[in-house]
Amino acid sequence: MRRLWNLYLRPRTVPEALRAIHEAPQPAAFIAGGTDLLLDIETGRHPRPHTLVDVTDVDELQALEVRGDRLFVGAAVPVARVAASPLVRTHAQALAEACALIAGPQVRNLATLGGNVAHALPAADGTIALVALDAQAEVASPRGRRRVPLETLFLGPGRSALGHDELLVGFYLPLARPGQASAFRRVMRPQGVALPILNAAVWLRREGDRVADVGIAMGPSGPVPRRLRATEAALRGHALTPERVAAAKEALLREARFRTSKFRASETYRRLLAGVLLEEALQTAWARAGTA
Amino acid sequence: MTSSPEFREITLTVNGREHRVRIAPGETLAYLLRERLGLTGTKIGCEEAECGACTVEVDGEPVVSCIFPAEKAHGRHVLTIEGLARDENGHLVLHPLQQAFVEHGAVQCGFCIPGQIMTAHALLRHNPEPSREDIRHALKDTLCRCGGYPSIESAIQAAARALREGTPVPRPEIPPSIRAGRVVGRPRPRPDAVDKVTGRAIFTDDLKFPGMLYARVLRAEVPHGILRGLDVSQARQMPGVHAVLTAEDLPAARTHGLIVSDWPILVGVGERIRYVGDALAIVAADTPDRAEEALAAIRVDIEELPPLTDPVQALQPDAPRLHEGGNLLKHIKVRKGDVEAGFAQADVVLEHTFHTPIYEHAFLEPECSIAVPQPDGSMYVYVGSQIPYADRRQVAAALGLPEEKVRIVGQHMGGGFGGKEDIAGQIHAALLAQATGRPVKLLFSRRESMMVHPKRHATQIRVRIGAKKDGRLVAVQTELYGDTGAYASLGEKVMTRATTHSAGPYEVPHVKADCYAVYTNNPPAGAFRGFGVTQSAFAIESMMDMLAHALGMDPVEIRRKNALREGSVTSTGQVLREGVGLLECIEKVEAEMRRLSDGQDPFRPRRVPGKPHLVRAWGFAVAFKNTGLGGGAPDQSTVEVELLPEGVLEVRTSAAELGQGLVAVLQLIAAEETGLGPDRVRVLVMDTGRTPDGGPTTASRQTAVTGNAARLAAQGLLKAVQAWASEYYDCPPEAVAFRGDALVAGDRTVALPHLVQAMRDAGLEPRTRFTYHAPETRPLGQPGDMHFAFSFAAQAAEVEVNTRTGEVRVLRVISANDVGMAVNPLGLKGQIEGGVAMGIGTALTERFIVENGRVVTDRLARYRIPSIVHMPEEVHPIVVEHPARGGPYGAKGVGEIVSIPTAPAITNAIYHAVGVRVDRLPVDQEVLLLALTTR
Repeated sequence: MRRLWNLYLRPRTVPEALRAIHEAPQPAAFIAGGTDLLLDIETGRHPRPHTLVDVTDVDELQALEVRGDRLFVGAAVPVARVAASPLVRTHAQALAEACALIAGPQVRNLATLGGNVAHALPAADGTIALVALDAQAEVASPRGRRRVPLETLFLGPGRSALGHDELLVGFYLPLARPGQASAFRRVMRPQGVALPILNAAVWLRREGDRVADVGIAMGPSGPVPRRLRATEAALRGHALTPERVAAAKEALLREARFRTSKFRASETYRRLLAGVLLEEALQTAWARAGTA
Repeated sequence: MTSSPEFREITLTVNGREHRVRIAPGETLAYLLRERLGLTGTKIGCEEAECGACTVEVDGEPVVSCIFPAEKAHGRHVLTIEGLARDENGHLVLHPLQQAFVEHGAVQCGFCIPGQIMTAHALLRHNPEPSREDIRHALKDTLCRCGGYPSIESAIQAAARALREGTPVPRPEIPPSIRAGRVVGRPRPRPDAVDKVTGRAIFTDDLKFPGMLYARVLRAEVPHGILRGLDVSQARQMPGVHAVLTAEDLPAARTHGLIVSDWPILVGVGERIRYVGDALAIVAADTPDRAEEALAAIRVDIEELPPLTDPVQALQPDAPRLHEGGNLLKHIKVRKGDVEAGFAQADVVLEHTFHTPIYEHAFLEPECSIAVPQPDGSMYVYVGSQIPYADRRQVAAALGLPEEKVRIVGQHMGGGFGGKEDIAGQIHAALLAQATGRPVKLLFSRRESMMVHPKRHATQIRVRIGAKKDGRLVAVQTELYGDTGAYASLGEKVMTRATTHSAGPYEVPHVKADCYAVYTNNPPAGAFRGFGVTQSAFAIESMMDMLAHALGMDPVEIRRKNALREGSVTSTGQVLREGVGLLECIEKVEAEMRRLSDGQDPFRPRRVPGKPHLVRAWGFAVAFKNTGLGGGAPDQSTVEVELLPEGVLEVRTSAAELGQGLVAVLQLIAAEETGLGPDRVRVLVMDTGRTPDGGPTTASRQTAVTGNAARLAAQGLLKAVQAWASEYYDCPPEAVAFRGDALVAGDRTVALPHLVQAMRDAGLEPRTRFTYHAPETRPLGQPGDMHFAFSFAAQAAEVEVNTRTGEVRVLRVISANDVGMAVNPLGLKGQIEGGVAMGIGTALTERFIVENGRVVTDRLARYRIPSIVHMPEEVHPIVVEHPARGGPYGAKGVGEIVSIPTAPAITNAIYHAVGVRVDRLPVDQEVLLLALTTR
């Protein structure tokens, strides 16, 4: 492998990490698992850095715990740990399912949830689940810390809104209460690039036979991962009847911006799959919410 | 470079031992293990976290070490394949996983095995009783191109049980051959398996030589053009760069090629660039990085020309001529009877055109060559090659040396599948070694491997078929276009095989086949397991199902009715006298398929209860494939056997071991014939300095041809020993025999070392050499036998189609293969599993994309070979043994036949499930869904 960096730093705290990214020989970049970043550097999609600041030794970024009424998942938690975590499985099934589908165990043990988000791909499995689950991200920078809705972190395909000196600390997710559940579903193509043709995450709160509240994300359904609010609105407050599901599918096809990806999927195929995935994820979450 | 101030020291524990290591910036854990600690059991297959070959445990968790920064390993505990086995008083004690991989035949080429075992080791750490699903989930991204996934699965389960219960590893139950001898025909782990499960097996990239330089090749990266200028002056001045060579520096031959020498070693200024992989300059430097930097400093001026990207276009009269003789490499014709008269008799005539794409071998070990100049002026080349003697000839021609001055020293090969027959880096490494006087290693990157070496021909095949109402075939006409890419490679031979097999394994009175093998600006196409028959079998087997449908016949019945049998005449006019097990293959697969279908019609769609959008059905296909070169080519192999003073019988031949198991076959044959125990037999292959020419490892020929040579050489040695010993020990010759590890002469038992010494003292070398000539064959178009044997196969595949998404899963495969005789049933099982795996790739996962002559699928992340998750729940192997007259014990080839019927069996099953005919490989789930929704 060609030399992809010159200096590799392993800070132990968030302030150390922020100092390192600022003071180290430039260009410098944060790295967690590196499973995407290093390949991007190697293929020239990411400029070659002088310094890599590895944040996986920062304890705070490795935390996975309940904090108040939220579940906190540190940005450097490997997706293998996210997938296996009983806390995540209880409160955020969609996230556990999404993370279990990412690559194989040798990559899942390195790849992190923060990296999945920072990479800003429109169909990243973990990210799509976080968006549907209404996650908030905690971001640290020399100017302090802020907590923002996940959707605000994306500018375009592969373009994160995070500044060069901003560090993802972790994600806050609502704790699941009775009647709430989520589900994740995706379709891959056996040939070609190992990116989903389409994935879908649905979170909902069920009251009797009614969808009291719902969060839906699908990727890629536009340049950035985002909630599909018109689709959600078509369901929110209604009983989950076949007519309602049909209305939601129509709203989805109006709202989402599916496009053709060369060698991967046509817009037509994605439009056919979108309704299928929405319905399957919706029904799974609905059934789970009935027993939750 | 070692004085660089950027070096830093880290401490880590590897396999229980603490190491303080100085590492360079940018170094990965895989590099640290392999280069700094010499732990070369950890393999690098892709350097992109795709293949899993580099898997090691860090603090008990499996990770891919190829993208794991070495700095990150500081303070950690690393476990590699070398850390699993224990040494007990000088005895190697394998870990149960290693033992199970050996016993269950899970080891073939062995390159992926360290990664498989380490991934499985980590799984068992957390889950001592894994289900099949657990294993598949864990091994999802640990790829095995030999495709022995079912054996890997059963090995892991066996090891888990042994670990849980503290008992020995349970052995698999594999029936012996119906013609088993004392050792041949009985399952036995391959002799190199232990080295491959412990990480001790050396592949070329694991070797290092003092003063070794690293080479890189400047590729054209342009599919078609004229090289107008090449300025290497700056690169030559760079520190650490020892040589930069261009076409001007070539000392002798300017081209290479297995049959036609049309492939430039280096394209010169003013010459034509014919594909993206053409070499323009080669560099040797102190480090791979330096070599890479030197490439970047070379200035290139190319006049780009529009590329010819498909064979039909390339045959247009106004198309530019890529080669002096034009763009048509060969027009291949098969004529039997009068095809129009045949169609006139037909009750039904169907016509359809099929397409198959380029396929990539994706052997997990990328090409690597190390050339080492010798003090006497000769050149050694260390390489894993399928045809060592062809390498020797071509390297010698390029260096301007007599052939005897070049020695090809074959190494373990991490798969070949036909993709390591042509020259890759052998000549370039040798030229640089000659220029610098130092050893030079040339290791291809995965991208380079995928771009440069010849692929499977993309084809367009039109089939016209005529039959009577009762299903009897009366005429088949085929027209094939084969994209042979930039250079000839083995294109003519491959497309000849495609053509002669294009009417299927059927007796057809009237056949007309025309094939055009055409040059284009795509990567060259050459040998790939199946050798053209993969493509034509897809076309004809799809057509046979369409015909059955048109006639309202059962798909098995129509095949049975037309199947080749003893006395049949093939399309090329060959009378099949014996060894035609096709009907038995058909019957056995049919019986098993009907048994699994519980009395229902296997070809009727069945919806999964509770999930009506999932529809299942079976599909059926048959195939045949020649054993041996055929077509009039002399087909011979030489084997030398020698009793060595250490009491070992060494079997020497340059036949190649690429994972298929030839070394086990030769070991068993030599043991059988001499009476020695197999553990007394050592097989040495692929070294032109020590092993005589075994011919190319292609055309499924080695078990038959080199197997015979080994059999006869061993017989010769036994006779020589008997003659000498009967006199020396004064007993009748028939009282002299080898028993296990000794010679018995009358009532005396003589240890082998004593025997060797005694014979040598008498001035005799206990050594014989035998050259076996396969039965003569005739060229296409001449009467007589085009091939001396054929293998036959039938397969049934059950698929499940998701009618909501178009996704296809293969649930079960039944594979019957007439291999003449199963010399090593354990190895045969691996070949069958691997053939099915590769066929699943052909049908479902693999698609090599070249766009305007540029390779899009230039990484394993873009070209997906089947993973364990693509494997059916069951691969049911059935061995059929209709002996071939000429084969050893009746054995014929198996390497290719096992993979050929899988793709059409799958696409036929899809048709039976949902009524959509796939006429273009691979199956595209999107096309399938659109077909389902628009009708």
